[in-house]
Amino acid sequence: MSDVREVTLEELRHLVSERALSGETMLLNMGPQHPSTHGVLRLLLELDGEIVVNCIPDIGFLHTGVEKNMEAKTYQKAEVMTDRLDYLYNIGNNLVYSMAVEKLVNLDVPPRAQAIRVILTELSRIASHLIWLGTSALDLAAMSVFLYGMREREYILDIFELVSGQRMMTTYVRPGGLWRDVPVEFEDAVRNFLKIMPKRLDEYEALLTKNELFLDRTKGIGIISKEDCLAYGLSGPILRAAGMAYDLRKARPYSGYEQYDFDIPTQTDSDIYARYLVRVEEMRQSLRIIRQALDTLPFGPVRSNNYKFVPPPRSEIGTSMEALIHHFKLWTEGFSAPKEYVHAAVESPRGELGVYLEGDGGPKPLRVHYRTPTFVNLQALPLLTRGHFVADVVGIIGSIDIVLGDADR
Amino acid sequence: MKKPVETAVKALQKKFSLELHEYQGETTLIIQPEDLVKAARLLRDVYQFDMLIDETAVDYWPQETPRFHVVYQLYSTETNSLLRLRVPLNGHEPAVDSLVSVWPVANWHEREIWDMFGIRFNGHPDLRRILMPYDWQGHPLRKDYPLGYEEVQFTFNYDEIRQRKPYANQKPGRKSDV
Repeated sequence: MSDVREVTLEELRHLVSERALSGETMLLNMGPQHPSTHGVLRLLLELDGEIVVNCIPDIGFLHTGVEKNMEAKTYQKAEVMTDRLDYLYNIGNNLVYSMAVEKLVNLDVPPRAQAIRVILTELSRIASHLIWLGTSALDLAAMSVFLYGMREREYILDIFELVSGQRMMTTYVRPGGLWRDVPVEFEDAVRNFLKIMPKRLDEYEALLTKNELFLDRTKGIGIISKEDCLAYGLSGPILRAAGMAYDLRKARPYSGYEQYDFDIPTQTDSDIYARYLVRVEEMRQSLRIIRQALDTLPFGPVRSNNYKFVPPPRSEIGTSMEALIHHFKLWTEGFSAPKEYVHAAVESPRGELGVYLEGDGGPKPLRVHYRTPTFVNLQALPLLTRGHFVADVVGIIGSIDIVLGDADR
Repeated sequence: MKKPVETAVKALQKKFSLELHEYQGETTLIIQPEDLVKAARLLRDVYQFDMLIDETAVDYWPQETPRFHVVYQLYSTETNSLLRLRVPLNGHEPAVDSLVSVWPVANWHEREIWDMFGIRFNGHPDLRRILMPYDWQGHPLRKDYPLGYEEVQFTFNYDEIRQRKPYANQKPGRKSDV
């Protein structure tokens, strides 16, 4: 039927060592359908006995052409696609896209909207770290943490449902502010979460931090130097576990992070265990940020009143001719952005999440590019896995915290 | 413009012919493809831009000269400053020197740009497709590549509809498309 072509060995020859060609080492395929590859990651492992000589990651199984699709939609409609990239950090994906659009068209965001953005992204950072904690411990055969982690994540998803009506694909953060204000129950729900979560974090730590079996599988495994981290563009907890306090929330504060007092946890061992410690501490710091943001949450509007870019409130449409015109123009044609390009970035649970956005003067973006942390971090997998056992590869993948929707876009 | 960026820009302007562009406090240098690797090395070694945080491309089709821009986003952890480089490329067999030797992170970014835009990178160690299947025809993020809405092919009309598809008449399985 169609022309399916088999890849010849010749084309892959440069990827493996000479010993593989003589049959001295073995090539083993791992994935894409493998429970510990966290999705659809395929690895081609070159093995000497049980030791990994080389690891060739193969991605793209979850490629959905999000960037191409966004070019065909107006700025507002394209945002819906961004939820689907990193499906554990949806609000952050919305936020970074909205920040890029706001920068491109020079749009203001009210302080209340900024504070709510901070609360929600920190909540989704905790939710994402809980999934990471559960799944990576599950890979190392610690099953119960996963069940506990899901319990608390469910609570966070309930908060998202409360504010946006959706548990995951929220599209709650919009260019110029938020979709709508949070409901009155929001504050109590978050405060309740803040009350129970520190104790729950202690519970997880009791299960893992001093667990002999967990230490055996994580200490001294998957080490990468700070210099290699920078050369390979690694960011997020991996870089911080290698001893560098680089966090975008401090380095280039956005959305009002400069107002909050928090620390960047770092470690120096740069192994799986160090990354575990960094992430657990990050969850505690996120709780700190949420508490401060909630205490100082200002009153006021949650959307910019620049009606050239932000739809006017429903109540005005019935009484104001101008509001009606704006509403009509925004939802038929969309707003146009200048022929310029901008870059915006946020700190995702996995590292630096950036957007390159270019306008062409019309209502649709000329180019949207997502610089996703998983894509970049996965590239260092050969470096991390060389010389370790196949069983440790599973732990190392877990420690990078990959989300394939993020890598393949 | 921040001070460290300003020094770097001034030094580069003396050495190479480049165009400066600023918008919303972001500095962009439009640099000729032949100067790229030299400028990149200079920026990394002297001006401490130790991280290449992003690399992508833009297609300005139907404009042909230049049709593409390759965009490099640099970051310096020392001085906490950002700088962007852009390299214009013509539409006919676009190619630019690879930056893998300067920042290893460029490896996958350049594979993605080759996959999505068909821009070749001279001196790249492993220029294969990365996101699309290895036997895919065409480069999806080019502006002349259609977006979906294709007719569904069934067994009885497979060849007939195939003839109407934009890349149908290309020979499959050329080595250059891997």
